[in-house]
Amino acid sequence: MPASDAGASVSRDAAAAPVVALRSITRRFPGVLANDRVDLALVPGRVHVLLGENGAGKSTLIAILAGLQQPDAGEILVDGRPVAIASPRRALDLGIGTVFQHEMLVPTLSVVENLALGGGPWWRRCRRDAAAVRYRAVAAPLGILIDPDRLVGDLSLGERQQVEIVRALWRGGRILVLDEPTSMLAPDEIGALGRLLGRLRERGTAILLVTHKLDEAYALGDEVSVLRGGRLVGRIEPEELARLDRDAAVARIVRAMFEETGAGDPIVAAEGGRAARRRPPAPDAPDVLRVEGLSVAGPDGRRVVEGVSFAVRAGEIFGIAGVDGNGQKPLLEAIAGQRPASGRVWLDGEEIGGLAVPARHRRGLRYVTDDRLGEGTIAQAPVAEALVLKRIGEAPFWRSGIVRPAAIEAHAADAIDRFDIRVPGPGTPVGRLSGGNIQKVLLARELHGRAKVILYNKPTYGLDLNNIRQTRGRIRDGADAGMAVVVVSTDLDELVSLCGRIGVMSRGRLVGIVDTDDGDGDRDGGGARARIGQLMIGMPVR
Amino acid sequence: MTGGASHGPLGAALRLVLPVALALLAGGALLAAVGVDPLAYYAHVVRRGMLTWLGLQETLTRMAPLLVLGASLIVAFRAGVWNLGVDGQFLLAAVTVAAAAPLLAEHLPGGLMLAAGFVLAAAVGAAWSLVPALLKAYRQVNEIITTLMMTFLGVGLANTLVKLAFRDPGTTVAQTRTLAVEDRLPRLFDTIVTGGLPIALVVVVVVHLLVTRTAWGMRLRVVGASPKAALHAGLAVPGLTVAAFAVSGGLAGAAAAIEVLGVRGLVQADWNPAYGLTVIPFVFLARFNGFAVIAFTFLFSMLSIGGESASRRFGVPHYYILVLVGLLLVFLALVDYLGERRRKAAA
Repeated sequence: MPASDAGASVSRDAAAAPVVALRSITRRFPGVLANDRVDLALVPGRVHVLLGENGAGKSTLIAILAGLQQPDAGEILVDGRPVAIASPRRALDLGIGTVFQHEMLVPTLSVVENLALGGGPWWRRCRRDAAAVRYRAVAAPLGILIDPDRLVGDLSLGERQQVEIVRALWRGGRILVLDEPTSMLAPDEIGALGRLLGRLRERGTAILLVTHKLDEAYALGDEVSVLRGGRLVGRIEPEELARLDRDAAVARIVRAMFEETGAGDPIVAAEGGRAARRRPPAPDAPDVLRVEGLSVAGPDGRRVVEGVSFAVRAGEIFGIAGVDGNGQKPLLEAIAGQRPASGRVWLDGEEIGGLAVPARHRRGLRYVTDDRLGEGTIAQAPVAEALVLKRIGEAPFWRSGIVRPAAIEAHAADAIDRFDIRVPGPGTPVGRLSGGNIQKVLLARELHGRAKVILYNKPTYGLDLNNIRQTRGRIRDGADAGMAVVVVSTDLDELVSLCGRIGVMSRGRLVGIVDTDDGDGDRDGGGARARIGQLMIGMPVR
Repeated sequence: MTGGASHGPLGAALRLVLPVALALLAGGALLAAVGVDPLAYYAHVVRRGMLTWLGLQETLTRMAPLLVLGASLIVAFRAGVWNLGVDGQFLLAAVTVAAAAPLLAEHLPGGLMLAAGFVLAAAVGAAWSLVPALLKAYRQVNEIITTLMMTFLGVGLANTLVKLAFRDPGTTVAQTRTLAVEDRLPRLFDTIVTGGLPIALVVVVVVHLLVTRTAWGMRLRVVGASPKAALHAGLAVPGLTVAAFAVSGGLAGAAAAIEVLGVRGLVQADWNPAYGLTVIPFVFLARFNGFAVIAFTFLFSMLSIGGESASRRFGVPHYYILVLVGLLLVFLALVDYLGERRRKAAA
């Protein structure tokens, strides 16, 4: 790789050999593949931006670098030699300093006391004077001028972050990992952070900046990698990024973040034919689900969903796109009846806004949550119970309030058979199942009986290819059978391949609805993707 | 959320027998160290606790309130409500029913008076759980803190009531009026065991079935296992929380009624047996299973009755029994932990 790319004021004397290289890192958790063969290299004097939605696997990757978690497969090279980062201490010894999203400072201690913590054996007194000298040696060249005797509790968030950066570099760190560093900062503090990163870059520190904000990726980064569903799905080389102006760069990052999955998502390619064959719902098909002026208040009283209106016809799959956390989940929860909301919701012409979850469920409104293990089921509960979790007290599973284990078991056996749930038996706790099988349990529960409307929240997130294919098949089958389907996803490929219309949410509002059938007949959604990307980052659409 | 262990009966038996053996061994070493023959001591405890007719009757009598407190805790813990305030609920109910029963006895026939006493005690226990219940259900205030504080208040209030409002003017010691022996819970056959024991056994079994076999119990367990999943399933989480608290507090009150109406007939000032705190670890070890609670409660009652007698014979203070129980808990937890690790390793 040429070490002389233009633009950046970077000292490239040190050749662009990576100081840290992750090779094919894989990390599994029960039910989730958090990192799937991730490759990543950090080069001295460069800011490597790792972009991804919540749950994309960024935090796991950071935890692996920080020595908090061990990869199940793959290797980590530091200075070209394979190492095991068995503990946080080992990470620091290797020169890897991490600044976590949540503050790790003691507010009642001074700056220098915080820095001296953990410095020596526990029986030795903290050497504050030595720490103060060291503080000046580390902080001053970076332009950090915080009085070392101030209490951390009195510092602004930006100043605290600077202290955390000093601490990360305290023991001669050459590699700085920053997890969502701007999430708590005021705009002028973000500017200061940018300048600080600039100085670190000049000094040859390799920086990994983890974020989900597109503009930061451009403003602060030299190169970009995009993580989605644990896989590396997009990559912008430093040479390319340096060439682009702001708008072009942001557009390129949007493309990398939301579209560039040709290689990562073979299913979409394989299914292209089928997606095209799905005929659109009849124009005179009735609206099964209608939502009007739906607003939801968040815990702090601010509205997280604001005046959302849309309608979905029988046989239609309506997609909702948007960067994670823009109100998609509260919107679905409000429609499902889990959250108080203002506005009106109709199901088959009947207003259901006043009904609770079980009543809506009985009327055929179903919600497949994205938090499968934590919210959709209970880890310790047997599969058979998970399958009737939303029907407690109903016949035939309960009669006069008394449980009928045989009926529940028979129901479970039937669901296990029809949905191909791989499980030792109906008594197995849900928590022991793989993510794909947990999803099948949820699908079996929500699709059972007379389902009319199905709301999916990130239905394929964290699943392996086979289960993604099966889940998408179930979604299409439901629509083909005449259900009105709503799919929330952060995977544009998925939405384009499933949906006829895609609404885009931004800051709680439905900012636009895009027709994926752009008229050229191939349904590749090329034009639709661009329009959705623009809506997502708040650009005006022609 | 399923409770009981999922391995063979042999493994289950081993899990129970092994810790008992280890606890006896360690406790025996302690006794030997202070110059008491452990075998003779244990033999005396067991003989006096359950092999003599009188000892067995005393043990069964001691069991009754503990069982109902166990039932109270099963309901709460299954719902994820850590009601550590059963002692406050128990004591206030005890004082109230002790004060009310002699008055009620003047106006109501026996059976009705006893029933009214139970209802009153349950109502007081439930009422004393209301503040933590509402705070937990609607303001997410940690109920461990609030129930402990309410116990602090409850114990103080109960004492105050005995010394002031409920005091029997006819005696010099501060205590409530005494319920005449013939007005108390009837005794079973020719024993000293009162009707409280069958009531308590029925309560534990009913609560066990309620929690494991009914729709309401399932809702309770879902709320206890995951409030998030409960919300997703559309359960009325605050309502269920308050209900679990009320039932738990009510049962704590009923336990007090069994003790006062059956055995004591009065409450003296500064009386606080702290049964609730004693029962809590056993309920955990029983994994909220009612039948296992019966077994553990019997074991503890037997040890404490036998130990009280042994303290006179051997000069070993009866607190030693608590040491033994403590050792038993440690070894039970240890064996449980190791078994769990082995099971995980095998899986």
